[in-house]
Amino acid sequence: MVDYVFRVGGEGGEGVISTGEMLTLALARAGFEIYTFRTYPAEIKGGHASYQVRASGNLLLSQGAAVDVLVAFNEEAYQKHIKDVRPGGVVIYDSDSFSAAAHDSTICYSVPLTSLATEKVGIKLTKNIVALGVLAGLFDLPVATFEELLKDRFGRKGETVVQKNLLALRVGIEHAKQIKRRDAIRLGAGPRKTKELVLSGNESLALGAIAAGCRFYAGYPITPATDIMEFLARELPKIGGYVIQTEDEIAAIGAVLGASFAGKKAMTATSGPGFSLMTEMMGLAVAAEIPAVIVDVQRVGPSTGMPTKTEQGDLYLACYGGHGNCPRIVMALNNVEDCFYGIMQAFNLAEQFQMPVVVLSDQYLGHRKATVPVPDPSRVPVVERRKPQGKEMADYKRYRFTPDHISPMSIPGMEGGGYIAEGLEHDERGYPAASDHENHLRLTQKRYGKFVEVEAIANDLVRIHGEPHPEIGIIGWGSTEGVIREAVQMAQAKGYSVGAIHPKILYPQPLAKLREFMQGTKAVIIPEVNFTGQFATLLRKRFAYDFIQLNKCIGLPFTPKEIFDKIEEVAAHVHGGRRVHAAKL
Amino acid sequence: MAQVKEYIGKIKPDWCPGCGDFGVLNSLQRALAELDIAPHNVLVVSGIGCSSNLPGFIHSYGFHGLHGRSLPVASGAKLGNHALTVIATGGDGDGYGIGVGHFVHTCRRNIDMTYIVMDNQIYGLTTGQASPTTEKDVRTKSTPEGTIELALNPVALALSCGATYVARGFSGDNLHLAQLMKGAIEHKGFALVDVFSPCVTYNKRNTYPWFRERVYKLEDDQQYDPADFRLAMEKAFEWGARIPIGLFYKVERPTYEDEEPALRSGIPLAKQPLERADLAALMEDFI
Repeated sequence: MVDYVFRVGGEGGEGVISTGEMLTLALARAGFEIYTFRTYPAEIKGGHASYQVRASGNLLLSQGAAVDVLVAFNEEAYQKHIKDVRPGGVVIYDSDSFSAAAHDSTICYSVPLTSLATEKVGIKLTKNIVALGVLAGLFDLPVATFEELLKDRFGRKGETVVQKNLLALRVGIEHAKQIKRRDAIRLGAGPRKTKELVLSGNESLALGAIAAGCRFYAGYPITPATDIMEFLARELPKIGGYVIQTEDEIAAIGAVLGASFAGKKAMTATSGPGFSLMTEMMGLAVAAEIPAVIVDVQRVGPSTGMPTKTEQGDLYLACYGGHGNCPRIVMALNNVEDCFYGIMQAFNLAEQFQMPVVVLSDQYLGHRKATVPVPDPSRVPVVERRKPQGKEMADYKRYRFTPDHISPMSIPGMEGGGYIAEGLEHDERGYPAASDHENHLRLTQKRYGKFVEVEAIANDLVRIHGEPHPEIGIIGWGSTEGVIREAVQMAQAKGYSVGAIHPKILYPQPLAKLREFMQGTKAVIIPEVNFTGQFATLLRKRFAYDFIQLNKCIGLPFTPKEIFDKIEEVAAHVHGGRRVHAAKL
Repeated sequence: MAQVKEYIGKIKPDWCPGCGDFGVLNSLQRALAELDIAPHNVLVVSGIGCSSNLPGFIHSYGFHGLHGRSLPVASGAKLGNHALTVIATGGDGDGYGIGVGHFVHTCRRNIDMTYIVMDNQIYGLTTGQASPTTEKDVRTKSTPEGTIELALNPVALALSCGATYVARGFSGDNLHLAQLMKGAIEHKGFALVDVFSPCVTYNKRNTYPWFRERVYKLEDDQQYDPADFRLAMEKAFEWGARIPIGLFYKVERPTYEDEEPALRSGIPLAKQPLERADLAALMEDFI
């Protein structure tokens, strides 16, 4: 089965990303599953950028490991990425820019991309399209798909531009014919015949929010979350909603609380620095019991950190940020498809429990694209908040004590439902009770009491990959799911008794399911893209278990091999870790 | 006209006897009664401070949120349901100190709501520190040698940031204040009513007699035209022996809601039926 990794590298702003995007779309339309990974500089112009596309006939779980085809627009790209190219892999480089030293294990094709673009097309900027043509010609990619893409992409700029780009593509294809082939990489058409969407995590999330009934978004630009706001600013007005760009993140979440209080589902999305600013308002949403969805597309911290790089470093903040005893629900999104359904679940949880729901994504997930089956919103029935009925209105108490701790919430404009949404400690009616000691305990119990039901839901939302009762267990969260799953498959193929559990709700934790999974394990590994092992720390508070941490803190996601290596290392230390009878090597 | 008593909340005000905020509360209740707006269609949003306790004392929907953050919440609520009459209230520390960033942007956004600031030139709830409107060289608990900074000028700030109704009242003249509030609530756009609301406990300088000696009404001057921006700016800087109160400036400009296509139908967002969005059409772009 076809499974190739393409990587394009060069100067930021010179078409690296658009080359990668077009290659991605062409491969997806040609019937392959795709999985991309982007690195790009924090600067707008200049700096190194790269775009990786993995294409396969099978469902893809990770960005892949070794590179099969590298396109290097300049020497920096060549130097940076050559070590990742597998032995026997192909390097295509712009020979007008530099000459690649002979390399033993890789196959280098020098292509004068710049002069082909300037001389045969007449426009230097088209060198990335020439490169696409070379790829199409060499590896038997569907030319018609590329042509269609170029027409879609440049149609707005007029016929001349379209024709120039089509010419550039042909120039590349023709040039490929002259290359003396030493590789055997051929793609042809992919196996999938049905249409799938090509979505980034952020796009999938934004679509899911619309499906969940979000019609109001307030936000402030921040990498890598901004494209959620841009997407919704473009799409919401088509269906009767809108976006407001506020003066800062505090105002953004303030407006979300205001709109939600007024009866409309609302959301904001940000990254670490903005989320830090939102913590006080998140506490208010807890105290006043207002549904709100807050998305944190995590990036490297602390402080400004590495704005365009990935990390799972905000879990402590999500669970414990803010003062006081302050229960909120924290969820993590696992993959691009899950961004759609996960955000729908987040809205449902916010509405059902009348509390803020923090949804953790990250740069790796938010900005990578994948082929996903056309989402079906009916898979997640939309939940609305409990509103006062008939006699509850006669003697309305906003924070009425109920068996499940959820009180009917009136909406401004409802006659007889008037109340004060209170950040001060308050009684059942919402009247301030800042000196009533016993009342404070009752209200705190009410707010935490909701967790009983949330935890039951959390137990329903775990996913298990590999063995459900393994000797070596892995507990993961968020965007590492696919990589862990692939590592588990690698380890199982080698005969190890391995399984992974991936909770979607991280706070409160699905203790029953975790306990069940951990029973009988000889070791449990918790891989996290952070320095201290934030989820491992949370779990140590709940389980007396000697978890083994695997932490990566260089602003890049795990590869399956890194997790697989850890499994092997742990297995070597665990008596009976290798299940001999299961080995089919 | 509705009765003032319909707007009286169940909680008794906890302000010091003689506090200027009583006058503000009474004037607001009178303005709402005269405008005959049903209490369940009124939302009063506040921040934190003595004056921010006001929503509890008025019969309506209320939102008592965070220090300095009343305007974002009020904006979100208004944008969520623009059929509501939304009034934000608070003090000078809340609105012109910690929350001044929101104030600036809310002015230029021109959402149709009213902002009433009970300006007592002191932090009262924390028992007497300098506020953004404390005059220069005034001694307070946090400035024992006198304040170093200049006082912020709320009227001039609001004018320069694009507020479309800018007024100042005095809680020693409730009838006048109520008329300013009425005008503010009726005005289509963002309206500021800055109110001299003396703190009788911690501000021994800017007292009722101090203001009575100085304030005069702009409308008593036949020449004054609240449509004249330059004149309004000039009056905004008049401070000392004579201090103007009244309507400084009023202009009609499309509101944020007017300009937002999703609200053009006139139906508030919260009341719009949630049609199962045509996701299929949106998804077309991603195939």
